[in-house]
Amino acid sequence: MSSVTPDAVNKSKALEPVGPLIGPGHTFGSVTDKISGAVLTRRTPLGWFVVFGVAFTLVMILMLAVAYLFSIGVGIWGINIPVGWGFAIINFVWWIGIGHAGTLISAILLLLRQEWRTSISRFAEAMTLFAVACAGLFPLLHMGRPWLFYWLLPYPSTMGVWPQFRSPLVWDVFAISTYGTVSLLFWYVGLIPDLATMRDRAKARLAQIIYGVLAMGWRGSAVHWHRYETASLLLAGLATPLVVSVHSIVSFDFAVSIVPGWHTTIFPPYFVAGAIYSGFAMVLTLAIPIRKMYKMEDLITLRHLDTMAKVMLATGLIVAYGYMMEAFMAWYSGDPYEQYMTWNRMTGPYAPTYWALILCNVLIPQLLWSRRVRTHVPLLFVIALIVNVGMWLERFVIVITSLHRDFLPSSWGMYYPTIWDWATYFGTIGLFLALMFLFIRVLPMISIFETRHTLAREKERAALRGALPSAVPGD
Amino acid sequence: MNATGIYGLMAEFDAPESLLEAARRAYREGYRHMEAYTPYPIEGLPEAIGFYHNRVALCVLVAGLVGALSGYLLQYWISVIDYPLNVGGRPFHSWPAFIPVTFEMGILFGAFGAVIGMLALNGLPRPHHPVFNVSRFELASRDRFFLCIEARDPKFDRAATEQFLRSLGPQEVHEVEE
Repeated sequence: MSSVTPDAVNKSKALEPVGPLIGPGHTFGSVTDKISGAVLTRRTPLGWFVVFGVAFTLVMILMLAVAYLFSIGVGIWGINIPVGWGFAIINFVWWIGIGHAGTLISAILLLLRQEWRTSISRFAEAMTLFAVACAGLFPLLHMGRPWLFYWLLPYPSTMGVWPQFRSPLVWDVFAISTYGTVSLLFWYVGLIPDLATMRDRAKARLAQIIYGVLAMGWRGSAVHWHRYETASLLLAGLATPLVVSVHSIVSFDFAVSIVPGWHTTIFPPYFVAGAIYSGFAMVLTLAIPIRKMYKMEDLITLRHLDTMAKVMLATGLIVAYGYMMEAFMAWYSGDPYEQYMTWNRMTGPYAPTYWALILCNVLIPQLLWSRRVRTHVPLLFVIALIVNVGMWLERFVIVITSLHRDFLPSSWGMYYPTIWDWATYFGTIGLFLALMFLFIRVLPMISIFETRHTLAREKERAALRGALPSAVPGD
Repeated sequence: MNATGIYGLMAEFDAPESLLEAARRAYREGYRHMEAYTPYPIEGLPEAIGFYHNRVALCVLVAGLVGALSGYLLQYWISVIDYPLNVGGRPFHSWPAFIPVTFEMGILFGAFGAVIGMLALNGLPRPHHPVFNVSRFELASRDRFFLCIEARDPKFDRAATEQFLRSLGPQEVHEVEE
């Protein structure tokens, strides 16, 4: 903001942000009433019932699929030797990846002081939590005897047996459970001041009591805020390396093995980028309909959508680089198994999934270079959906094509998902959506106190702009 | 409990700048036992009422180190002492393989340290507090800014303090019952 030459002003016109972070005419009171009112006073929009109804139906299908799985066993799925991992691991990695954007938005962008995160961080953190819950289901269901899941944990058992700590699968147990716990803590801490607002706004006695208990007596004291902000920053500082470590460890599940196509050092960074990519796609997929349904366009503005689209484009390019390097390294390694695996991916029986993946994840997202596409809301929604599908296909390609033809042609085989695979997969999508919609029904979907904070800063900036006419572009 | 029988006096402001200015003036006036209540964190306000350092960071550091250490020792004890497994001839104390779990345990404990430390130092959960006796106080979580000078402050005087608070240009001055 210091010395801006007229030349730089002209140049930066093209880079100016798309509109403000918060729509015009808002005050501390009006943002408070609007966001808390979405839960407390506003009539639940029809769209909420439609989505929740569909999601709840899918949850029932999940129940059915899981009950059948428990009574018969994993044989109802399409998995068999050589493809023993199948949908369970594909979906596990997909869901974990979706969760990561929430941590990125709330933690990394907090550390980088990216104010635009305010309107979507609460939302994205909730998404993380529910995505991790869906992800966690799959390894448990895949275990065959899920009621013995506690064997994964190091506890002094009467059998005298302990986990094998040199295995990435054991690291995974620690990584995922830490990630789920820390995400929950971070989300809850972020909610405390807003729960106090809800307690003070609620009219019904029961709501006052419930929000009051959850707010733990928060009263907005300056000293409390001081410690609160320190704790939030430190949690963000802890969550940032955590999110990178979690998906690196998930990628170790693959990379530490010697299966062709998995045994590669590019996996950790490329998995992390892919996770953020799919996570942002999911944030957009949820934010676009919900902002419309709840008329939140003045709080989740075009500027937010535009910025998220840019992050998606950037991480999409990293992922594209990963695909390129995979193919290059397979050729360059001179290893016949690696070379065959890549050739098989591109031209073998699963080639359509590979090329669909390239289309969804690499080609179509290039449209996001255009600002008109980024601010065209329906088109952006469609692209986000396509990226979600693309990232699922990526995991399908990684898991299935590597396993189905490895070293010995005599042990090659094909993998076909059964109806129970699909039912479990769509069931978790239903579970995710149902939890998400319950969340926006009972808790403030946007951080109210951070919105007030952003509003105060926007006002300061506006005052500054008024004092220095035309000298300060954008913000 | 004190002679006045009240918790303190509370001035209500409608803008963060007024509260900040009022807090600074109250501190200059010699008041020390006071607290400001705001709907969002305001830069410089804790310092204005004389609060500089908090020990949340220390909690995180200690908890994080305890977590990492216990994670490592757990793995060492299991893999070397109690249940040594020969995996492809690797040493029992194969420390690089122990790093991920050590790291995750450090983060997990550190996060609990941040949350529990913050809550404990803040004295939360505390469902009731005298400031909630002021009916206008529910706006502290909406758009109003409060400065409360407590009766336990040595300089507190029912009449003089009220007059001082009124001189700061508040919307209103409330008496906070014990």
